[in-house]
Amino acid sequence: MKLSKAQYDEIAQFLGHVQPTRQSLRKLKEKFPSQSQSTLLSIFSQEYQKQIKRTHAKHHTAEAAETYYQRYLNGVMKNAAAPVLLELANEVDFAPSLMARIVLERFLQEREQAIPSKTLINSMLRDPSQIPDGVLANQVYQCTVNDCCYGPLVDCIKHAIGHEHEVLLREMLLEKNLSFIAEDQLRAKGYDKTPDFILEVPVAVEGHIIHWIESKASFGDESSHQAYLQDQFWSYWNRFGPGLVIYWYGFIEELDCHRERGILLKDCFPTDIVTLRHSMAQR
Amino acid sequence: MAAVLELLLREEVAVGAVLRWLRQGPGHRPAEVTGLVSLSLLQKDFVPFLLNFLREQTSQILTNGPSTPAKTPNSKAHGSQRTGSERRAGHRRSSQKASLGSFLTATPEALPARRGRRKGGSAVSTSGRQVPRDLGRSLAEEEDGKNDSPSWSGGRRKRSEVPLVSARSPPSQLNLNNLEEFPPMGAASGWTNKSKPSRRINPTPVSAERPLSKPKTCFTSTPVSQSPAARFSSGSNLEAFSTVQEGNLTSVISSSLQEEREMLKKERYGLSMMVIGLLILNIHLYYLIFSLPENLVPNIFLELFFVLQLLTSKGTSTAEEEEESDLEVNERKKGTLKFLAENERIASFSPTLHERLRQAYESSTAKVSLLLPCSVQSVSFQPETDNRSNFPSDRAFHIFKKQRDIFYELLREWEDNHEKTGWDFERVLGNKIRAMMAHLSATCNHSHFARLFQKQLIQMCKGPVGGGASWGDTPDQDVLNMLGPDNLSRLKRLQERFVVPQSIRGPCPPPSFPGCQQFFRDFILSAGSYQFNQHLVDSLCLKILELDGLTLVEHEHSDGEADMDEQDEKKRFTVVLLSLRLLAKFLGFLVFLPYRTVEQPTRDLQDSAVALRNQTLPVLDVLKLLRQSIRDHRSILTVPWIVEFLSLADHIAPFLDYYRKVFCLLLLMVLSEDKEMSFLNKLLILAVLGWLFQVESPVSFPSFSHQDSVPLVDQQLLYTCCPYLGELRKLLASFVAGSGAKNGGFIRKITPTAAESLAPKTSVTQRKLQVELEQAFFHNQPPSLRRTVEFVAERVGSNCVKHIKATLVAELVQRAEVMLQDKVKEEDANHDKLLEEVCAHLYEEGAQALIKGREFCKKKGPEAVRVLLPEETSAAVLNSAEDIAVELATEKACGWLSANIAALIKREVKATFNRMLKVPGLPLPSEDALELRRDCPPGCQHRAPFPSQIINEIKDVLCVAVGPRDEGEVIDHDWLECLLGRLSQTLRCRKFMCPTSEQQLAKCTVELASLLGESVMIIKSNPTYGLLKLLLSVWKEDFGAPVPVQLMFSRKNIASLTLANKGSLVCIHLLQDFLKELEMLSRVFTSEHRIEEPRTNPRELTRQSLGTVTAQS
Repeated sequence: MKLSKAQYDEIAQFLGHVQPTRQSLRKLKEKFPSQSQSTLLSIFSQEYQKQIKRTHAKHHTAEAAETYYQRYLNGVMKNAAAPVLLELANEVDFAPSLMARIVLERFLQEREQAIPSKTLINSMLRDPSQIPDGVLANQVYQCTVNDCCYGPLVDCIKHAIGHEHEVLLREMLLEKNLSFIAEDQLRAKGYDKTPDFILEVPVAVEGHIIHWIESKASFGDESSHQAYLQDQFWSYWNRFGPGLVIYWYGFIEELDCHRERGILLKDCFPTDIVTLRHSMAQR
Repeated sequence: MAAVLELLLREEVAVGAVLRWLRQGPGHRPAEVTGLVSLSLLQKDFVPFLLNFLREQTSQILTNGPSTPAKTPNSKAHGSQRTGSERRAGHRRSSQKASLGSFLTATPEALPARRGRRKGGSAVSTSGRQVPRDLGRSLAEEEDGKNDSPSWSGGRRKRSEVPLVSARSPPSQLNLNNLEEFPPMGAASGWTNKSKPSRRINPTPVSAERPLSKPKTCFTSTPVSQSPAARFSSGSNLEAFSTVQEGNLTSVISSSLQEEREMLKKERYGLSMMVIGLLILNIHLYYLIFSLPENLVPNIFLELFFVLQLLTSKGTSTAEEEEESDLEVNERKKGTLKFLAENERIASFSPTLHERLRQAYESSTAKVSLLLPCSVQSVSFQPETDNRSNFPSDRAFHIFKKQRDIFYELLREWEDNHEKTGWDFERVLGNKIRAMMAHLSATCNHSHFARLFQKQLIQMCKGPVGGGASWGDTPDQDVLNMLGPDNLSRLKRLQERFVVPQSIRGPCPPPSFPGCQQFFRDFILSAGSYQFNQHLVDSLCLKILELDGLTLVEHEHSDGEADMDEQDEKKRFTVVLLSLRLLAKFLGFLVFLPYRTVEQPTRDLQDSAVALRNQTLPVLDVLKLLRQSIRDHRSILTVPWIVEFLSLADHIAPFLDYYRKVFCLLLLMVLSEDKEMSFLNKLLILAVLGWLFQVESPVSFPSFSHQDSVPLVDQQLLYTCCPYLGELRKLLASFVAGSGAKNGGFIRKITPTAAESLAPKTSVTQRKLQVELEQAFFHNQPPSLRRTVEFVAERVGSNCVKHIKATLVAELVQRAEVMLQDKVKEEDANHDKLLEEVCAHLYEEGAQALIKGREFCKKKGPEAVRVLLPEETSAAVLNSAEDIAVELATEKACGWLSANIAALIKREVKATFNRMLKVPGLPLPSEDALELRRDCPPGCQHRAPFPSQIINEIKDVLCVAVGPRDEGEVIDHDWLECLLGRLSQTLRCRKFMCPTSEQQLAKCTVELASLLGESVMIIKSNPTYGLLKLLLSVWKEDFGAPVPVQLMFSRKNIASLTLANKGSLVCIHLLQDFLKELEMLSRVFTSEHRIEEPRTNPRELTRQSLGTVTAQS
């Protein structure tokens, strides 16, 4: 679903300062009933991430970590069953999963007398049963489950969505008889940057020739699109020529401004496809 | 001079006679030109004089462009000439350099003697012949490389009899005794060193009134008697043009004059009849000059330009302006040739010329339209040259990945902004480029970048580019576009060009970097990196040699495919020629860059620089290439790019021994004639050489053995602007390029890699015989057969290697993977050693590659040959062709394989191994594949909910279960049951499932079960127990991945259970059955899949936890 910049701004403004909870999400859906849930969730997640990026630093000072840890200890001392960490995160406007990470890190540091490795922390966040303290494990789990923008569960969902849309796209390409090389094949050949699909025989979409297709199971807002352009789309262009990006959850339509130069945006699989004639004959 | 003209105008001498007089030299005294005899010494100066006269006469009516430079008599003293040119130096770039003339002055002592001899003037004609002979000889002996002397000292000259163009067929050799073959211009050298810096000969004898008063009688009367036997044709070229006989020349003129007069009346032209008459003379003069082997004027294009100006001029009438701009549009749009071809005035002046032009135009359009725009504007990534294995380290590879992106980022920035006012390349991009260079240096990636840079240069600056408005907006592009088919974007671009005034470059512009070339030039300058430049030079040289090596092959007009071939080859030739010119220009730029100076160095500096630089070898042996090209009759390809290369020479370079030889050889090409060369080929060569010498040498060639003989003296370099000629030249270049195949096409010669023959070694004589037989076989077959066989051999051989890679090697790598997987776990082994061991196992089997390779070639070669050869090919020929193709392909493939198979296996295994090591957490690939290979149930419609959807929903349930809950928030039992049902569906359809999704689902459902167990205790309801049973079955039946059921009894969940439940022991007993089943399931999962962390037996854990619960209650 394409949104105009104005429509998008309205949603973003509404999201202004919200907590990443299922309750906030529910409110958002009520406010914008015409938009698809996935689009709203995607925008919600992106807006929240922007907010976190802005405030990230202040939560990551040693003093802040100490404060949070002490508050956690005091909280569970009083009532271990209460959602201590989750409430703390909400109170200081920080993502619960990230709050859990800070406190876990601090906890391990004290216990092991050393700064724990990132891998260990990540592994414990993914599987809190590895946390040597049952109470903390439950607190951490509560945070990660309740966070709808960060955390291993959300990451996994995003990954799954991405994978599913790639599969969908692959199906559509097969259905249209467009032969392609997929990312894993490309990587095996040693390509340094790999779009999801490279078309073995280029086609024209809405009059523009494309050589590759990238599937993005998210909403294309300005900042994410800029980042993708920089890290991925231009790199693909630099190697393979013009291509198509599908933002399955829509994008701000003003961003589709590089068509002439060779980056096309769509929010669905295109219908206007022209193929090379002799390859049609082969069918 | 004036006297001759006057004779002509007074009709005392016929035009034809004058032309004959001009052509035949002073020794010739035909009866009809008796009036000219006394003037014979002036003969050679007549042409420049006439041209100047024309310019003078027409200067006022030429409103449609800049003025062309006037001719100066060739016998000017170079000393004063130089002063003249230096005076103008401020106005042009290349005048700052040393002139070709001055570098030649610096040479030999012996020359003055020769000059003296000529000055004697007694044997004018023989000394005239002497010029090329001397030239040829000196060049010939330079060529044999034994003469190291920097000078052309006559004393040291070896009397080598090797002619310059020794390898050429006899008719095209310089025939020193044939009067027809050498220019008569230098023959009469009675003209002494009259210093005359002025560009004009004093025109006084022709009075200003005369032209106005005399025209009618002058041009309308019948011509004087013409000798039908006039020996007009001197070569094949001329024959092509001999439709215009001298006998009817004047009648053509007079009849066309009638028409012209009518035209004039109608259109109220401001031209005087005199001017028209002279114009006609001029046209015919040039018309003849083109066809003359002697090429009286080196830069014919300046003259052509002048004629064109006359043709398109409209006098001063403002009423005509509208029409004029129409004309302009016409010209631009259709190309100069078409314009010429359609120009009715030309038609009325000379029907034959018109016909000729029309034909030329028509034959030119068809082929260029083949050049379709290409949509890709970046250089594509090619694994063979660009993947990790081409880099020494991961770091180098990743840094280059970034460099590539930065390069294009810079390019886009430039494209978007460079035309904006105030945008400065160095200021905006300079530091970024230098940072990039620093990175490249740090990782030794220069060669990769140089290749990318060079490829992008060709991509953007040469080839036809469609789409993007400002990409590839180069002069060559103009030509291609103009001749191309009607195409909206092109028309649009053309329109834009009318709106935006084109930069005016004049008929003889200095070398420049138009359009996108500017980016590349500025990039090189801003980078200022020695390493980069060196690598770029290497890369350019390689590419130039490759392109220059394309072979010109005679066309077989006998077979029907010739047309098709011809077109293809013309197209390819055009592309190759344009690429070469581009690359050579950049090579010249780089090679001479370190020596560039703003000011012309003083004589002393110059001498010492010459002495110094004479010691070093040139980067690219252009002299050798030029000689080869002349020998092989390929100068049409080579000369144009060498000219581009030399046009960027610094002040000193032309004085160096090496480059002096190159210049001399080129000059000789202007003077000599290759009768076999097609008209337009020759025209191109003359055009570019004319340009080069204009740019390089504003002065005469005083010491060039015979300075008087060379009429390119003191051409002015910088002319005021005129886009027409630039376009004319470009057009002709393209056009000529296109018709290069007229007397010989170009095909790529494919030389199969000469691998050591793997065939059983037969005796040398036998092999030799086989080779001879093979040659003999091809000898009487059409060349296309050989090309096909070589092509097939090349491709099949190459594909064979790829096939072996994809089959045998891939298989071996898979096996290696399994071996490595086991061993890497056994011990924390030395990875390198492990790799060596595993590979050693495989090398033996790698020997299979040769057998399989041979099989492949034997199967594929004949298939391909059969498809590619015409059907009527006889069986015997076909069989032989197949055999040869197979043999060549096998040789190529097996030669490569036997040398490289081990390295290939090792490389591939290593890459796989590295990939394996990089993903330690994830299940190993084979395991992964095993799971993914699980198929959907038969008839699956793939309609199940997406895994992400189910994870999301379970997450929501977990949220509520884990809390905190909203007021009255509960989990609906039925809904949960439904969710578990959908979970089962999702797990059964494998289409959208990926390992991480499934693992997450397993984990989440275990958590859910754990929480349900808790709630069983809280709610004490049997239905929840039912849900647990349902989950159990899903775990058992639907999951492909191991379910971490043991997590139910993790510390966390026990803690949670303990916290939540302070009583109700009873409920726990409800779970007993469940736990029993769970234990079994757990055993199944642990035996099927290795579980990293040994965990306590669930039953025990349960007991423990129950104990804890009991204790606490």
